[in-house]
Amino acid sequence: MKYKSQMVAKPYFIFALILLAGQIVFGLIAGMQYIHGGFLFPEIPFNVARMVHTNLLIVLMLFAFMGASYYLVPEEAERELWSPMLAKVMFWIFAVAGILTILGYLLVSYSELAKITLNYLLPTMGRGYLEQPTITKIGIVVVVVAFILNITMTIIKGRKTIITTMLLFGLFGLAFFFLFAFYNPANLVMSKTFWWFVVHMWVEDTWELIEAAILAFVVIKVTGVDREQIDKWLYLIVASTLIAGLMGVGHHYYFIGTPKYWFWLGTIFSVLEVVPFFLMIIFVYQMVKKRRIKHDNEAALTWAKGTAVVGFIGAGLLGLALSPYFISYFTHGTQLVAAHGHLSFFGAYIMIMFTIISYAMPTMRGRPHGNCAKAQRVEKIGFWLMVIGVFGMATALLIAGFVQVDLQELPNSAHALTFAQTVTKEMPWFVIREVFGVVILIGLLTYFYSFFVKEPNGA
Amino acid sequence: MSERITKNMARNIFYVGSAISIIIFIALIINTVHQIPKLSNAKEMTPSVVRGKHIWEVNDCAGCHTLEGEGAFYAPELCDAFQRDGGGNVAAFKAYLASWMAAQPIKADNRKMPQFNLTKKQVNDLADFLIWTSHIHDHDWPHNIQG
Repeated sequence: MKYKSQMVAKPYFIFALILLAGQIVFGLIAGMQYIHGGFLFPEIPFNVARMVHTNLLIVLMLFAFMGASYYLVPEEAERELWSPMLAKVMFWIFAVAGILTILGYLLVSYSELAKITLNYLLPTMGRGYLEQPTITKIGIVVVVVAFILNITMTIIKGRKTIITTMLLFGLFGLAFFFLFAFYNPANLVMSKTFWWFVVHMWVEDTWELIEAAILAFVVIKVTGVDREQIDKWLYLIVASTLIAGLMGVGHHYYFIGTPKYWFWLGTIFSVLEVVPFFLMIIFVYQMVKKRRIKHDNEAALTWAKGTAVVGFIGAGLLGLALSPYFISYFTHGTQLVAAHGHLSFFGAYIMIMFTIISYAMPTMRGRPHGNCAKAQRVEKIGFWLMVIGVFGMATALLIAGFVQVDLQELPNSAHALTFAQTVTKEMPWFVIREVFGVVILIGLLTYFYSFFVKEPNGA
Repeated sequence: MSERITKNMARNIFYVGSAISIIIFIALIINTVHQIPKLSNAKEMTPSVVRGKHIWEVNDCAGCHTLEGEGAFYAPELCDAFQRDGGGNVAAFKAYLASWMAAQPIKADNRKMPQFNLTKKQVNDLADFLIWTSHIHDHDWPHNIQG
């Protein structure tokens, strides 16, 4: 760690990891309710468990991206952060606002929460992933603007690299598209069309730019390859992300009341959406082959390879399989989409968070060569447990999805099973999903333990 | 292959490619927005339909159900509930929805739907919203009445 102000990243990372634990716990609760509907009912209805699960994910990824930026931007720009104080203050504002929102979900009914937070003044609540009260959304804007200001000023005043430029593109895009969260017209079709401006443009476009920038940074650090090499790859990854991702939104515009030309546009550009994920795999493995140093922090490289591979499978391949309009016609709104969602979020985003944390946390704790061998072994066990857990969960959901498509979606109206009848046929796979969910939690706890493994020299 | 692409070429691909796709994308979105009123039968959006959408949102219905395939997968799709549960008959559907909402949570069901304590008028608005939704031109999705 070269600059003192990089330390502001530490609470962001720690809090993101705590939220991840919460996210998994609420995922397990929701998964349990798939098996026993009466579980924790009516105290925590399914929609509340799910809302906490998905909103924790969004908030923790924002914390992770902020932490990653605060860590890597000073090092890239070769100067201290513009305002470490602003970063510290924003951490607390965001943490408190996040906790209050989650408590709001849990303590009062959702309609009550809408009333308390004056949703009727500017109705933005009640849409997937954007369930936050309007006041929380405004808070997110404030925090993100302060964060981007801090990062931008640091970059402007310091050395400009392709990594920080691409990171900025991603961050500005993230902020810009979030503004559509405030646009909720009365026409459901319009509302859905612009809802995707947040959801799709975040996870299939702007977040990918941020992911690529973080990945490039860590790869430079642990392989010591020439920056010229990295820059070229970064341009290609980001270009393919932007070009494919923008029009790729078309694969959400098949069956919601939007024009038919999206059938072909969505299908073609969805195929292209695989390209950046494919490039990321080649990039990581090529750089490892060309590496000039062998960094002692092998765990960080394990995560970097992991995010490239799992992101490619989950977001790239599985996304590709579901995206053509003639397939989506039968898979839209089924468990197959849930399988894809879980594997891609974990592979592309949770794992990039682990990648930067795995590299940055040891250096912030005064261990520039990474944690000791034993701690890294524990971390890698955690890695494998989580990867196996998520793959198991996604596979179970995939099979549940096939069952659903086969029995409920493909037959004609006379022969199709009802939703409820289909659920009983999917049940074994929901049980297996829950078991693998527990494996994920054990993996995360193992990973947490790696932080507490004592260094041999007592450091 | 990658050896033949220089950093300058990669940068040009990024800037030119992104700029072109942003322009095409904006044009397509503008066209889409122009077509939506017709595709969604916006003329039929009565105040009751608009209130119904608001009730749908502030009770987080999409936290369990899908609507046009989007939402959560815990409970059935509702863009075709008008046909499935009301046989396409307005009076029948409204009567069905009112008794359904009043009966929650149903003991015998494994998956539980909470009691939302909606007023008669709110249930009526919600029904109007779901009836309007069932007429959206969504290119014949879902494939069958159960979808």
